[in-house]
Amino acid sequence: MKHVDEYRDSALARVLVDGIRQVADRPFKFMEVCGSHTVAIFKSGIRDLLPRNISLISGPGCPVCVTSVEDIDKAAAIAGMDGVVLATFGDMVRVPGSRVSLQKAKADGADVRVVYSPFDALKLAQSDPSRKVVFLAAGFETTSPAVAATLGRAIEAGVKNFLLLSVHKTIPGAMRALLDTPELGLDGFICPGHVSTIIGTAPYRFIADEYRRAAVVSGFEPLDILQSTLMLIEQIREGRPSVEIQYRRAVSEEGNPVARGVLGRYFEASDANWRGIGVIPGSGLKLKTEYAAYDAERVLDIKIGESRETRGCICGMVLKGIKNPPECRLFGKACTPETPVGACMVSFEGSCAAYYKYGAR
Amino acid sequence: MMRELIEELFLPALKGECACLGSDDSAVLSLAEFSGGRLALTTDTYVVSPVFFPGGNIGDLAVNGTVNDLSMAGARPLYLTAGFVVEEGFPVADLAKILDSMKKAADRADVMIVAGDTKVVEHGKADGIFINTAGAGMVPAGLDITARGLKPGDVLIVSGTIGDHGMAVLSKREGLDFESDIKSDSAPLNGLVADMIAAGDINALRDPTRGGLASTLVEFASESGVGIVIDESSLPVREPVRGACEILGLDPLYVANEGKLVASVPRAAAKTVLAAMRKNAVGRESTIIGEVVAEPAGKVLMKTIIGGTRLVDMLSGEQLPRIC
Repeated sequence: MKHVDEYRDSALARVLVDGIRQVADRPFKFMEVCGSHTVAIFKSGIRDLLPRNISLISGPGCPVCVTSVEDIDKAAAIAGMDGVVLATFGDMVRVPGSRVSLQKAKADGADVRVVYSPFDALKLAQSDPSRKVVFLAAGFETTSPAVAATLGRAIEAGVKNFLLLSVHKTIPGAMRALLDTPELGLDGFICPGHVSTIIGTAPYRFIADEYRRAAVVSGFEPLDILQSTLMLIEQIREGRPSVEIQYRRAVSEEGNPVARGVLGRYFEASDANWRGIGVIPGSGLKLKTEYAAYDAERVLDIKIGESRETRGCICGMVLKGIKNPPECRLFGKACTPETPVGACMVSFEGSCAAYYKYGAR
Repeated sequence: MMRELIEELFLPALKGECACLGSDDSAVLSLAEFSGGRLALTTDTYVVSPVFFPGGNIGDLAVNGTVNDLSMAGARPLYLTAGFVVEEGFPVADLAKILDSMKKAADRADVMIVAGDTKVVEHGKADGIFINTAGAGMVPAGLDITARGLKPGDVLIVSGTIGDHGMAVLSKREGLDFESDIKSDSAPLNGLVADMIAAGDINALRDPTRGGLASTLVEFASESGVGIVIDESSLPVREPVRGACEILGLDPLYVANEGKLVASVPRAAAKTVLAAMRKNAVGRESTIIGEVVAEPAGKVLMKTIIGGTRLVDMLSGEQLPRIC
């Protein structure tokens, strides 16, 4: 298939792996921040091809995985309200809260609907004006502009029963938090490709400027990731930490100002609670005050008890890259994709699910 | 109303040469000509949504699916029964279309529908139409094909491209409608299996329906206590199916098929069995995808296109299109 097969060529992959082998004269530790990168790395068997002194560790870039227990508790409380429908993306319904997941809440009678797009949630609201439809909006910069555009559409159409529960997160703040985690000892980042189509490269500059670490925005095919790994090693060896774009066919330095404009019209930065990591200042998105009428947290009276994370689950350390999933005592035993205990096992893009599914046990 | 439905719609549509589909409560059939063989029985209920999809509908699916379940035991499918649960308000014209395609599928597979039942339920108590088919067939004396028969040294053959049915259905599902020319591969496999059995030894057979090829291979490995190694570059996937899977973030290895089988065949017989498969219209694109090894027992490994190796696991839950 054109535009795919070229990036999966085995002969070129061997050339890149040989190149990495030649320059990797010491151990290097890179983090792929994005869950789609984690899956691509496992699925294509890249870890198996790289020399032993290169470690790629998975980061917190799976939107489902980093949704806090408290936010799931809020969503479950909303779903249980009379006259309210809670709509969200498929994976989110399986994420465990303190007491129940949304799936369990649904089985207990709450109205939870799975949608493929925020526009579908808006359609749901338009089709039944007697009920409030709350869209649980999770995701990074890749998807948040589409949610903002949906809200714009709702306002234009005068829809009054469409609300957002925004648990959106932004990536660069989390990367700073990781660099501030000394036990991690990262040499650089494989920066997320799709997020970067929106935000461009400027938000990553602090990685090179302040922390003197390498950063390469990578595509998602095997050759993209191998080439990005080689570029990261070369940045370090040549003593020129910077932000480079490997994924030129999709990403530009300036990103997508139109999408950022739509996002900025309705949302502003807020502190956000990341599952297992805690509150990272300025790493979330909340609705601006003038759109409070569409903000589920301000419109609805949401009451939840004290939220608590599952005991024994080390999702937090996995998301920070400090521990690998198989180091968790629940991994593959109490916690499997069938019966996930932690959020990293729920999403297809979660580190634990990828380790489990593709056999790095 | 019900009597009219049966007499005017069901009976004329399904009645073939068999005189038994009528007012008696049971079909009474003779198996005298199969003495020495063993009876194979199976049942399956079909609830596909949407009911009509590119390349087929719930009717031919219900016939082919049960014919194929019998075929995977090496049985020659003979008789089917059909039970219908129809939601009030379901268009009679659609029902007629479904019955017509059931009759055509039964004729194509050379089986007879010998008994049936219909219930109409209130609007909202069913999703359009559900169909159950049960099937009976005869396994010839001396033939023993199960999913537990894989032996180290076998090669694995798949009878054609994977993922066509699942993506055809998905392409028409509400909320995900996309333009494509992907068609379901729904087809009876009994003719193909008969050709294979005539050509050489078969150690195991299974049709990779729900859960796709990956799930079948994992079941093979765990039930037979052997390892399986497949080669990613040898997996046959049609371009539009690959494209749709790429866009939606799905893996064709886990997407359902309704007219394909995987066979484990002793290496010595592989060439003749493969040649026989390719001569049959439903097996034209048959190809070898991997081999059976002793270790690691119970696991399926895949050599990836770029030369790495990874595990292939069972699908848990339904594959969902990704968030980003």
